[in-house]
Amino acid sequence: MNKRLGINGSTFVMGLYLLFLLLPIYWLLNMSLKTNQEILGSFSLWPQDLTFANYVVILTDASWYMGYVNSLIYVVMNTVISLAVALPAAYAFSRYSFMGDKHLFFWLLTNRMAPPAVFALPFFQLYSSVGLFDTHIAVALAHCLFNVPLAVWILEGFMRGVPKEIDETAYIDGYSFPRFFIRIFTPLIASGIGVAAFFCFMFSWVELLLSRTLTAVDAKPIAATMTRTVSASGMDWGVLAAAGILTIVPGALVIYFVRNYIAKGFALGRV
Amino acid sequence: MNKTVNQKAWFLVLPVLILVAFSAVIPLMTVVNYSVQDTFGNNQFFWAGLEWFDEMLHSERMWDALGRQLLFSGIILAIEVPLGIFIALNMPKRGFWASFCLVLMSLPLLIPWNVVGTIWQIFGRVDIGLLGYTLDKIGISYNYTQDIFAAWVTVIVMDVWHWTSLVALLAYAGLQSIPDAYYQAAKIDQASRWAVFRYIELPKMAGVLMIAILLRFMDSFMIYTEPFVVTGGGPGNATTFLSIDLVKMAIGQFDLGPAAAFSLMYFLVIMLISWVFYTVMTTMDKRDGV
Repeated sequence: MNKRLGINGSTFVMGLYLLFLLLPIYWLLNMSLKTNQEILGSFSLWPQDLTFANYVVILTDASWYMGYVNSLIYVVMNTVISLAVALPAAYAFSRYSFMGDKHLFFWLLTNRMAPPAVFALPFFQLYSSVGLFDTHIAVALAHCLFNVPLAVWILEGFMRGVPKEIDETAYIDGYSFPRFFIRIFTPLIASGIGVAAFFCFMFSWVELLLSRTLTAVDAKPIAATMTRTVSASGMDWGVLAAAGILTIVPGALVIYFVRNYIAKGFALGRV
Repeated sequence: MNKTVNQKAWFLVLPVLILVAFSAVIPLMTVVNYSVQDTFGNNQFFWAGLEWFDEMLHSERMWDALGRQLLFSGIILAIEVPLGIFIALNMPKRGFWASFCLVLMSLPLLIPWNVVGTIWQIFGRVDIGLLGYTLDKIGISYNYTQDIFAAWVTVIVMDVWHWTSLVALLAYAGLQSIPDAYYQAAKIDQASRWAVFRYIELPKMAGVLMIAILLRFMDSFMIYTEPFVVTGGGPGNATTFLSIDLVKMAIGQFDLGPAAAFSLMYFLVIMLISWVFYTVMTTMDKRDGV
């Protein structure tokens, strides 16, 4: 490939594209390491007066760091619930045909594609009426709307790659279904489970509209905390930038492990 | 794979069915309920029939939002799809640099959507943002909170920044599946670079690209957070897309009836596109013979 295109041309294009991607992120990082005075006072490409004060503010102020804790709690809850219900369902879709299976599979997809804006108000009323408003479990359940279908689709994609003969052999050997599923099948699709977990985590982590609508104080996510940094004394740009950088960290940490599956995950288990 | 007919498989699907029914069917029914009723407060509801649907279908506000939405989705697809393919063609095929590019390219996809908004909100500011500052120094007047054109450019560039990598990654996955023999055959025929792209790479990528286009169309069709953070739907209503308008109506003004009717029509459009998406997926599955 490279020989035909000329290695310099490709490298140049990629370099330019990566620069375009990274420049805004760098700028945020740059701002998070400056004082507000420096941000507003002078213009520089890198911090003249390097400071971690903005990060200290976030990590010591409960109203800030609780945002991260709240987000993490409901995101983990959501990932666990989504995977637990999606695993058996994905197995059923990949192995058996049953009445209404195609319709059900399609209906799941429509939920992944449903605009959260449509569901914001009814969710608010539903969870208020059952007394779950402003709890972590409410957000975790609400995010199941798009994460359960996502997990089912991704896992189904991975499970189809496992030959059916393995199931049959195990049943002949006298394995019961639960034992077969946990002992033999789960290890075979371990990478699929990892990828599904990653994407559930990610999509729950990046969502703002539902998590903001369903919480007020006790379970307020970091995303909602960030939209309210405008105070009487004006914008606190440095802290806002630092908070932004900290929300990128979880994704950036694990991205290396899923790099070969990332296209598959975003395409709902196909490709 | 030949699937066994087994009605007991329903038991395995049951948990998903109950959970998703709780978080999708009940709320959706609430919406249907509101869409056919009128209220004067105090939880008193009156049958309104199809009045709200009629009103929304003749409401200029909704048609304007829909127009802006279609324009936005159209523009970003027209930019992201060709650009994504172009990037995929230029990516290193294997080895360290391939992983390196994959990881860096995926980065914008994993950033929380409101942070994407924040990044561009800061980046585009004339006083403290690199982009705004540079444009200002060159002498281009740029202010995304006042100028409609600048607001649109910002929102579109932001979306290109955020999502082009998705198209590129999918196209790249499609390219990876082309056996070397195809390229060798093309070389023997002395095919031009364009011919290789047109007759080998493009047909092989067609299925994956269809997924990419549908995903991008749908996700851009319900975009909310990013423009909300950057422009708040302004200046005026210039960047008020469907979701932003809907949330304004439902939660801001609490106009339940019209908002519900609006929601249902919005949802029907999404269902229709989902169906196309599903058909493409299943056709691909069949063709791969899995």
